[in-house]
Amino acid sequence: MTTLIINGETRQFDEIGTLDALIDTLDLRGKRIAIEHNGEIVPRSQHAHTRLSDGDMLEVVVAVGGG
Amino acid sequence: MQDALTIAGKSYQSRLLVGTGKYRDFQQTADALDASGCEIVTVAIRRVNLGQTAGEPNLLDFLPKNRYTLLPNTAGCYSADDAVRTLRLARELLDDHRLVKLEVLGDPNNLYPNMRETLKAAETLVKEGFDVMVYTSDDPIAARELEQIGCCAIMPLASLIGSGMGILNPWNLQLIIEQAKVPVLVDAGVGTASDAAIGMELGCDGVLMNTAIAAAQDPVRMARAMKLAVEAGREAHLAGRMPRRFYSATPSSPLEGVISSRKG
Repeated sequence: MTTLIINGETRQFDEIGTLDALIDTLDLRGKRIAIEHNGEIVPRSQHAHTRLSDGDMLEVVVAVGGG
Repeated sequence: MQDALTIAGKSYQSRLLVGTGKYRDFQQTADALDASGCEIVTVAIRRVNLGQTAGEPNLLDFLPKNRYTLLPNTAGCYSADDAVRTLRLARELLDDHRLVKLEVLGDPNNLYPNMRETLKAAETLVKEGFDVMVYTSDDPIAARELEQIGCCAIMPLASLIGSGMGILNPWNLQLIIEQAKVPVLVDAGVGTASDAAIGMELGCDGVLMNTAIAAAQDPVRMARAMKLAVEAGREAHLAGRMPRRFYSATPSSPLEGVISSRKG
């Protein structure tokens, strides 16, 4: 089991490889999102090259209405 | 472009900037933006709703890229660190987008800006190449410091965010306008069209608003009212108002030739 903290929520996964794979697992493929991994922005081009480890912290954001 | 508003090297015809929060739905957002004639629209950056996003419409789909310049904000951030992180995420989300609205709040009840954290975040963001439009208290010293740091627009509050109280301190606003070499925009507190017009008459370069439009009974109609008010206020500012004459009236009509029943 791998534990990730995504948007402040602790989540467990049987197997987790890259950030790109996680996007599929979370059903976020095709959405306009941006991701921060342990405090660092991960450019879209690096999603497939970013390996996740137990305890990693992720922020996944979208644009919403605001003033 | 005639009488354009130039921010960070880009020129805009409209001096009204509009937020995208609090509308009934995305269609109403799009209709109100359209009626307002705005070219810059603010958006917020928030955690994605995990697990319940399938088929959910996305705000960005309602904001044609070739029509609007997006202005991601840091609404809800209470520290320089959170604000900077949010805008780095925004830059990634919006494909290396540089123009941002910085606001760092200091109190959840009055949403007044925390100027210490705002100044700190502004320094970092300017160094990282962002074009920072900054929400600030209407303190001319803070405004000057933000300009010295390199912010591309200074945006003092007219009154508290979402309060609709209008321009509470036109004198401070004028001090800021007179000293600034970058655009000054009223951000927050506008309640109705006359507030926007007054801001522009004072010499503001633009007005940013959200709730005044979104919380109106008819947001699309209010959006149009705001467009006209900003235009009217700008024209009045450029035209130069007549001097105020205290305690003395002057008639507009000729004094001679008035008919009279007086004899002799």
